[in-house]
Amino acid sequence: MENKLPTIEINERYCKGCYICIEFCPKQVLEMKGFVVSVKNLEACIKCMQCELRCPDFAIKVIP
Amino acid sequence: MAFDYEKYIRPGKLPHIWCPGCGHGIVMKGMIRAMDTLGLEKNNTAIVSGIGCASRLPGYIDCCTLHTAHGRAAAFATGVKLAKPEMTVILVGGDGDGTAIGGNHFIHACRRNIDMTYIIMNNYIYGMTGGQFSPTTPHMHKASTTPYGNPDPSFDIAKLAIGAGATFVARGTAFHANQIDKLIVEAIQHKGFSVVEILDDCPTTYGRRNKFKSVIEMMNRLKEVAVPVKAAEKMTPEQLAGKVLTGILYKEDKPEYCSEYQKVIERAGGAAR
Repeated sequence: MENKLPTIEINERYCKGCYICIEFCPKQVLEMKGFVVSVKNLEACIKCMQCELRCPDFAIKVIP
Repeated sequence: MAFDYEKYIRPGKLPHIWCPGCGHGIVMKGMIRAMDTLGLEKNNTAIVSGIGCASRLPGYIDCCTLHTAHGRAAAFATGVKLAKPEMTVILVGGDGDGTAIGGNHFIHACRRNIDMTYIIMNNYIYGMTGGQFSPTTPHMHKASTTPYGNPDPSFDIAKLAIGAGATFVARGTAFHANQIDKLIVEAIQHKGFSVVEILDDCPTTYGRRNKFKSVIEMMNRLKEVAVPVKAAEKMTPEQLAGKVLTGILYKEDKPEYCSEYQKVIERAGGAAR
């Protein structure tokens, strides 16, 4: 089975930098850059969708 | 597959007004997923709210929405449901809106058992007006109007709803985001007054005053205090001290108000709908 990397779309206009996605990501894929979140290590993503599920600001979309 | 929340959101309304880390956004997402699961039509769904942070929610959702007077969501929603019984009516609001200012409307809506779903986002405080203590602020916790601690014991919204006669009562938390939509789906499907209390976090006015260092700490506290109903059956009262039960707490079938009212119309010889 090929291991296709997901696409993590972050809407920087919606993100308020609450750190929820960063803290609840089991693989430390995300990091804070300035006041908004950004992707640090896409290769580690296991597509668990926790960031998309928990983001209160509708700012993250994970397209597996 | 990424869930498309945008199809239920009014174009141009996001970003919302809630503070960074506020759980209301998580509840709104759960609600949208529940609406999608049930395939609710936008024109046949009414979302009614009072005043407060949580009550801003209907403004973002692309359905029939009513933003009404403080605490009066249940009264307006009863009117909507009686005029259009075929509509799915969902009420949203906070703990202060639902149990203090709207406390009377809330208990009487429970008593009538009218087919509506009330989603109460309990963040333990009045957020929008500046952090005054609400009926659900825990004992000796701080608020802007109780700087030395709140001497009042707090309401248990779920027990209040069961006592007042609601026929479906469930509780979830903003931490258990996956569970929220499942509870709301069951609540909407239930014929009768359903109450879903979602424990929430208010980092700005509650967390800051009560020594929560971050949103994450508040979320983890919700994780610690929540105990599923099934797991609680095996636990001793000592283990359950300070915990909150989550899941479906109460369910029963009772005559629903709209159908009972229709019987009265028929008995009085009025025109059937």
